[in-house]
Amino acid sequence: MSVAWPLFHAHLPILPILLPLLAGLLMLFPPLSKALTAQRLLGLASILLQGLLAVLLLLQTADGQLRLYALGQWPAPFGIMLMVDQLGALMLLLTAVLALGALLYACAGSDVQGSFFHPLFQLQLLGINGAFLTGDLFNLFVFFEVLLMASYSLLMHGENRQRTRAALHYVILNLVGSSIFLIALGTLYGTLGTLNMADMAVQVKHLDPTLVPLVKAGALMLLIVFALKAAMLPLHFWLARTYAEASPAVAALFCIMTKVGIYAILRVYSLIFGDQAGPLADLAAVWLWPLALLTLIIGAISALTSSSLRKLNANLIIVSVGTLLAVVALNDRQATAAALVYLIHSTLITAGVFLLAAMIAEQRGRSADHLVAGRPMAQPLLLGVGFVVAALALIGMPPFSGFIGKLMMLQATAGLEGKVWLWPCLLLSSLIILVAMSRAGTTLFWRINGEHRSTSKSGVLQLAGVSVLLLAAPLITFFAADLSQLTSQISEQLYQPQRYIDQVFPMGEKQLDAAAEQLTSSPAAGATP
Amino acid sequence: MILLWIALLPLFGVLVPLLCSQRSRLFTTWATAAAPAIALGLTLSQAGTVLQHQTLRYTLSWLPSLQLDYALRLDGLALLFVCLVLGIGLLVILYASYYLSEQDSMPRFYACFMLFMAAMLGVVMANNLILLWISWEITSISSFLLISYWWQKSEARKGARMALTVTAAGGLALLAGLLLIGHMVGSYSLDVVLQHGDLIRNHPLYTLTLCLILLGAFTKSAQFPFHFWLPHAMSAPTPVSAYLHSATMVKAGIFLLVRLYPVLAGTDQWYSIVSLAGMCTLLLGAYFALFQHDLKGLLAYSTLSHLGLIVLLLSIGSPASTVAALFHIINHAIFKASLFMAAGIIDHETGSRDMRRLNGLWKYMPYTATLAMVAALSMAGVPLLNGFLSKEMFFAETLNQSILGSLSWLVPVLATLAGVFSVAYSLRFIHDVFFNGEPIGLSKTPHEPPRYMKLPVEILVGLCLLVGIFPEFMVQPILDAASAAVLQDQVPSYSLAIWHGFNFPLLMSLVAMAGGVLVYTQRRHLFRFQHQFEAVDAKREFERLIQLSVRRANVFSRWLENDSLQRYLLLMLLALLVLLGSSLRELHPLSGGRSLLPLDPVTLCAGLVLILSAIATVVVNRQRMLSLLFLSVTGLMVSLLFARFAAPDLALTQLVVEVVSIILLMLALFFLPYKTPRNAAAPRNLLRDSAIALVLGALVGSLCFALLSRPFDSISSFFMAKSKTDGGGNNVVNVILVDFRGFDTLGEITVLGIAALGIFRLLEHLRLFKPSADGEGRLWARQRDSVILNVIAQGILPLALLVSVYIFLRGHNNPGGGFIAGLITSVGIILQYIAHGVSWLKPRMRLNYALMIASGVTIACLTGLGSLWWDRPFLTSWFDHFHLPLIGDVELASAMAFDLGVYLTVVGATLMMLANLGKLTTAHRPQYEEMQ
Repeated sequence: MSVAWPLFHAHLPILPILLPLLAGLLMLFPPLSKALTAQRLLGLASILLQGLLAVLLLLQTADGQLRLYALGQWPAPFGIMLMVDQLGALMLLLTAVLALGALLYACAGSDVQGSFFHPLFQLQLLGINGAFLTGDLFNLFVFFEVLLMASYSLLMHGENRQRTRAALHYVILNLVGSSIFLIALGTLYGTLGTLNMADMAVQVKHLDPTLVPLVKAGALMLLIVFALKAAMLPLHFWLARTYAEASPAVAALFCIMTKVGIYAILRVYSLIFGDQAGPLADLAAVWLWPLALLTLIIGAISALTSSSLRKLNANLIIVSVGTLLAVVALNDRQATAAALVYLIHSTLITAGVFLLAAMIAEQRGRSADHLVAGRPMAQPLLLGVGFVVAALALIGMPPFSGFIGKLMMLQATAGLEGKVWLWPCLLLSSLIILVAMSRAGTTLFWRINGEHRSTSKSGVLQLAGVSVLLLAAPLITFFAADLSQLTSQISEQLYQPQRYIDQVFPMGEKQLDAAAEQLTSSPAAGATP
Repeated sequence: MILLWIALLPLFGVLVPLLCSQRSRLFTTWATAAAPAIALGLTLSQAGTVLQHQTLRYTLSWLPSLQLDYALRLDGLALLFVCLVLGIGLLVILYASYYLSEQDSMPRFYACFMLFMAAMLGVVMANNLILLWISWEITSISSFLLISYWWQKSEARKGARMALTVTAAGGLALLAGLLLIGHMVGSYSLDVVLQHGDLIRNHPLYTLTLCLILLGAFTKSAQFPFHFWLPHAMSAPTPVSAYLHSATMVKAGIFLLVRLYPVLAGTDQWYSIVSLAGMCTLLLGAYFALFQHDLKGLLAYSTLSHLGLIVLLLSIGSPASTVAALFHIINHAIFKASLFMAAGIIDHETGSRDMRRLNGLWKYMPYTATLAMVAALSMAGVPLLNGFLSKEMFFAETLNQSILGSLSWLVPVLATLAGVFSVAYSLRFIHDVFFNGEPIGLSKTPHEPPRYMKLPVEILVGLCLLVGIFPEFMVQPILDAASAAVLQDQVPSYSLAIWHGFNFPLLMSLVAMAGGVLVYTQRRHLFRFQHQFEAVDAKREFERLIQLSVRRANVFSRWLENDSLQRYLLLMLLALLVLLGSSLRELHPLSGGRSLLPLDPVTLCAGLVLILSAIATVVVNRQRMLSLLFLSVTGLMVSLLFARFAAPDLALTQLVVEVVSIILLMLALFFLPYKTPRNAAAPRNLLRDSAIALVLGALVGSLCFALLSRPFDSISSFFMAKSKTDGGGNNVVNVILVDFRGFDTLGEITVLGIAALGIFRLLEHLRLFKPSADGEGRLWARQRDSVILNVIAQGILPLALLVSVYIFLRGHNNPGGGFIAGLITSVGIILQYIAHGVSWLKPRMRLNYALMIASGVTIACLTGLGSLWWDRPFLTSWFDHFHLPLIGDVELASAMAFDLGVYLTVVGATLMMLANLGKLTTAHRPQYEEMQ
């Protein structure tokens, strides 16, 4: 054990990627490929271990230092490098919690509606975890592909014509997005000559001024890709239908996907194109700010028109994306710290509502979760309490999680000049969500038609899944102080990209150039094992 | 610490009724009452200190980054309100246990009630603005739950939703206002904020802040123009109305005005806005109260009027008027709570609240009638009752103000007018209900309520009398302490005596009473006058407003989101166009100055064919098969171009990928209509779409040209240098794939595997029928087997496998590798499917493709994991040369194993997709297998 421990620690960054990959693969081999219970248990165990790994990584990075992992032992910038900081570790943990809730729910029975659900679920996690860990832009593309491909398959889980149709939009738009990603990568590699993010940041700092427009073109194309993933106006249209139609557990898991886009924006535009990037500094904010605010407003308006709880919830995701991106566009440490708290809250709660909506729909029978009168539910009190908690959190009313993030964001932006639009947008959207949510709640729970009370109670696993997610609402409030301290540290680190660069290249940037030069002059010189 | 207990006990009390759900009603009541009773006792134990004008504080750190502390304070003002909240709360708990019927869920009622009480205590005791806001919002939520207690009734749902919407909207404005105060002062602590009145009043953001906070206070206290929700909240059970709409929730707004009085009051903006709202509410409430037929409706409008009175007093801004306001807060809470309870008793015992049917109840319930009449007289402001005293003070203050400038004389006139109506509706309450003939059409015979249901009313009415007769003794100390807290120790001298001699206020009182009697006796004319106007139902109007905004939003969303993929793609490409265009616009010159390669005829031809076939693909796009053929030409040309520019690996890969994907597409097209149906909007969109395509093409083309014509300096020189020495292979492309960036490859083969699994999932739900003819009606050939093809195909398979092995083995040093080898093998097997059909092949080739994919990725993964054994990072490669007899020098590399994984995955994935698509119309079509 004493020998294994340091070994384990050194390889910690790769484990959140290997674990779901191996778990997913194992499920494809007999005897597991035919054993449902075993697959379920393995899936849950894998997620619990991923959560544990995330906690370990969070503890490991608590000193504010990066943990680097050079794959194949190739030095940066030549090989692929994993790069874990507190932000990455936190996102991993968030993913694990979310996945736990979603998988518990799926294990109640919706996982048998199609083949390969459990392996695909793990591979989906592989893609998401990888995207949070990688320090290489092309590798990010690869993980985007993994998570997209898995999401295409998971979206079609359960036979449903509507579902397939909605998935088609998602697939095609994302295929175009992937092509744009590739063009952007080509442009950036063609100008900066590297794909390691830290190295890119170095190259951008010393960029030949004539290349600036080309790099900018590449950077803005990347923004389109990330904005599509994050569902920012005008690239958000796919989201509401796709998520509302998806199988509940899948929809819940997908709540992290928009956040992957936001994470990528946060990472790339703070590290590579942050304050130190000279003429390219903060180039995304100009576009993000107005578009994010519009996203916020349009999301709120669509929320008002939603005809079902799932649709409403999907639109609330768009609202949260708008909110987050608007705050990210402010480029302010305090605001970003606040946004991260809000990010965690909105991911978990919207996911919980997808599951809750499915349970409500099951108990209401024909009326499902449509906002019309229906038969009385079998467990009105239980689901009602869940709904009230979730609704208050989503509106941003105390005492649940939503108000903490919202309050922190409002407070952080109180002093910022010229950004006055955030306040009215944020407050008005809260009001609109309140109207929509109170309408939805009173209709679903209180407008009863003549039918008999439903007898189909929700299973223990379903309730467990929802509880895992909705418990975030009180817990975030309770541990708000610790959480906000963590996110402040994270945003402190994010806005000091030089610290990242120094850690990736401990011998200094100049040395990097010298090494490269030496290579080109004498190809055989570097022949050391 | 005691403060903490006072604040938290009712919060814990929320759980008590829930735990008592199996116990008797009486037990539940007493158990629920315990927590607030103890809290009240604790409060009274501290009263001595507070009445000495001292402020007690308790602070618990909660969220330092937000400056949000759990900070409580108990000064005179807080003490006053805590006593009201807890005292009246206790009475209502007792009252409710008799009011609620057997069917009503008692635990639910008490739980919500206690939650509300706890929140209300939070509002009045908070020493931190954010904490105050949090409690404020919880009062909104819990009041929603209380108003909608009888959720089966549509009006209760709607009334509750309206109350929630209005008060929560105000809550949001309040939040903004409080945050602005915090921004100005730099702290949310009330202690600090109250010291910085001048700073806030002189701040450029003062007006905005004031408006936001007033929005919060006015919505909560139902001040004009936000008064409309209060009467509709009367669909709540009467105990709720007695508590929320007399003593507590509506007073929260007023409490806030009083609390922030030292920092906000005293400016012109304050005078004009607050006095206007107060005056309008005062008159409006008093006037409309008279016309209500519902007993509770009358009380609701009367509450509006009294709230307006208090607000008006606060707007005057003199120390004496503030004292009067505080005094009236106490008095109104006492008499209005008792009136609501009396109304509840009447409703409970008669089954009606309609004053047109309730008449002559004196005969049936004389005791209750006496109590109600005393309280109503207090409301009217009759001497020897508490209402008289504060109303007298109010009249006196209206004479000493100048809030309307030269029109200030209007204020006492209007105040007297309001007094007139107030007397009139009080008279109506008394006369219509208890006298005025016999009851009409009641469902049950009225009788006195149970003994203890009257007790709360008795206590409150007793207080009315006691305060009215011995004001100095009863309220002077607490009024002093509260005024000291608000006015920061500049309490004016005031007298609570009943008799001040003959003066103007007394005259106004007399006029009001005489006028009131007159108006009441002549009410028929007024009713007729009022009858001409259509009654506006605020609830319906509100619902209509909501419906309207939903419809508007619907129209907007439909317009924006029309579910058209074409539109979404268009928007995406436009976004690309704008962003790309905006950055390339700055690029001067386009060319980077590298000398261009000379153009040779072969390349030129290839380029032309490439361009033409691409154009042709688009032009014939409606004929799908033809379009596909042109597409394959494009692909072929691309692979030739790769070969031309010295990228044999890419050329090979592209070539094989091309073959496989064309087969795949042909399989898919087989099931689709032969031609794309003509789109009606197509000609209209053609111009737009081609313009966008051309511009985008031009932009991407320019981007490529600009990039390629510039000197290129990248990390690739490293790969060139290290490929052989550290990677063990001469083929740099392959070494990059399996070693330098093997991690990417691992990811990509996973993607390939997932894609295959995904396609299987899609197909397992698909039911397709084999078309019998092609698009032009020619029947497909019946004969399945072609002997020539069969023979050739069978011969080709071993050949293909051999080539695969060769390509695979040479990959590390020469063009080739696992990926290409895998594709070649797949093509060989696909050919067998084409030649022999599924049924022939099925027993002869038992390949589990999913397993193959899994094995492939697992092998690649295990290769990577091997390096962990030697404590090297994942995927660290290893190679060495061995000298074997006869064969000679042999290189063994971990990369080979990795490449084997790639090979297997590619074969498995390709076949899984193609074979299953081919099997779709056969008996072997992909099907979901139930798992155990």
